[in-house]
Amino acid sequence: MLEPSTTTIPLTYRRSAFSWCACLVALALLAIVPGHADAADESLRTVAVADPYLELHTGPGRGYPIFHVVDRGESVEITMQRTDWYKVRAENGVEGWVDRAQMELTLQPDGQEVDFEQADLDDFTNSKWEVGILAGDFGGANIISLYSGYSLNPHVSIEVWGSQILGNFSNGWMGSVNVVHETWPDWRVSPFFTLGAGVIHTSPKSTIIQGEDRDDQIGHVGAGVRVYATRRFSLRAEYKSYVVFTSRNDNEEVEEWKLGFAFFF
Amino acid sequence: MEIRFRVLFLIIALVTMSGCAATKNLFGFGQEEAPPPSAEPPGQVIDPEVERREIKEPKIDREDFEVGGFVGIMSIEDFGTSTVYGARVAYHVTEGFFVEGTVGQSEGGLTSFEQLSGGARLIEDDERTFTYYNLNVGYNILPGEGFIGEGRAYNTNFYLIAGLGSTTFAGDDRFTVNFGGGFRFLFTDSVAFHVDFRDHLLDIDILGEEKTVHNLEAHLGVTVFF
Repeated sequence: MLEPSTTTIPLTYRRSAFSWCACLVALALLAIVPGHADAADESLRTVAVADPYLELHTGPGRGYPIFHVVDRGESVEITMQRTDWYKVRAENGVEGWVDRAQMELTLQPDGQEVDFEQADLDDFTNSKWEVGILAGDFGGANIISLYSGYSLNPHVSIEVWGSQILGNFSNGWMGSVNVVHETWPDWRVSPFFTLGAGVIHTSPKSTIIQGEDRDDQIGHVGAGVRVYATRRFSLRAEYKSYVVFTSRNDNEEVEEWKLGFAFFF
Repeated sequence: MEIRFRVLFLIIALVTMSGCAATKNLFGFGQEEAPPPSAEPPGQVIDPEVERREIKEPKIDREDFEVGGFVGIMSIEDFGTSTVYGARVAYHVTEGFFVEGTVGQSEGGLTSFEQLSGGARLIEDDERTFTYYNLNVGYNILPGEGFIGEGRAYNTNFYLIAGLGSTTFAGDDRFTVNFGGGFRFLFTDSVAFHVDFRDHLLDIDILGEEKTVHNLEAHLGVTVFF
């Protein structure tokens, strides 16, 4: 009886080991290929210095000292970007970090300008997707929320929310779908209205003897502001008024205030 | 909120949402529609033969995300000190600011009451697992360099973090505020070592009255930028 199992197990093991190897190889390829696949992209990463000189810092930050300069006419290869800093390799092999303001003064080998993509207020208005985290007060309890939104047009977007509610007497989860309307989406501080519906699950804390878990439907209306901060980063503050449709005689009303941040892309 | 306020609120929301096109035109805030293209451009004399400049965008390897793991020790107030391990993911927004999410797990021991009383147990053994998640905002307060010998320099950062999250311990999820600081040592521009000290504050009521407890954590971590 043991023999078949000893032959079977190594087979499965080998297969899974193989699939792991395949995954690792695929990952390694993914990591390597984008760097070398496209010859056109690679040529774009080499830029010529058009300013009198290009200053190379030892690290990606304002305070790091300048340790090398590349003269006008020489070219550098961009190897990496972190926040607003670019790591470049000069013709003589010296590597250092250059800020965006200086990189924008470089040219392509054919003399044309290079565009260093940077998100701005326009992207804030027209981006399709948004992901954010907010926290605040939900009827006296603490609430932490994660949401993802998709814009149908600059004015109207649909959002899916998941929240964890942590109170003194009960904890819970809440999920909802919202429609959000921004009247002036091109403003830096853009107000919005929202309507939504969802479900809430509440369970009393373990130290509370009475009470049982409940699932209820919710509806809410609210308003708030989105504020463009920097790059792909925005801040958000909102108020929502919830109605919890309980199975008891009276519906519950809960007010919620939240503050947080979001990324759009 | 009174019913009439809510109704008013709802009406405002509905009007602005449904009457989007009408409203924006009414108040003149909408984008003006382009006039219909006329068949012939009126009185065009010179045909500008300027080639459209093509601005190309280089595909650069962006490394703003940082992901990794950590292991260390955590002191759970009243429940002793034990190993903590977890994972971290961070996104660097600017050279100074970053946002970070961490998850971690540790194991609470016995309180002194439980040790002295013999067999009595305040909580079940499976409730002693201390699991947390936190969402933090961080700031690189002291960027700098560390030198090893004469020929090697490594970039370093001291940073501060603060944030909130939830901890599952003693049978409940508990709202948690955490803050702390750390030291990031960049072994290469893509691999970093971390030393972190954090305090997790949460309210707990299983030892009689409700109190705020400090759970101190110190850990070593490795992260990779991508």
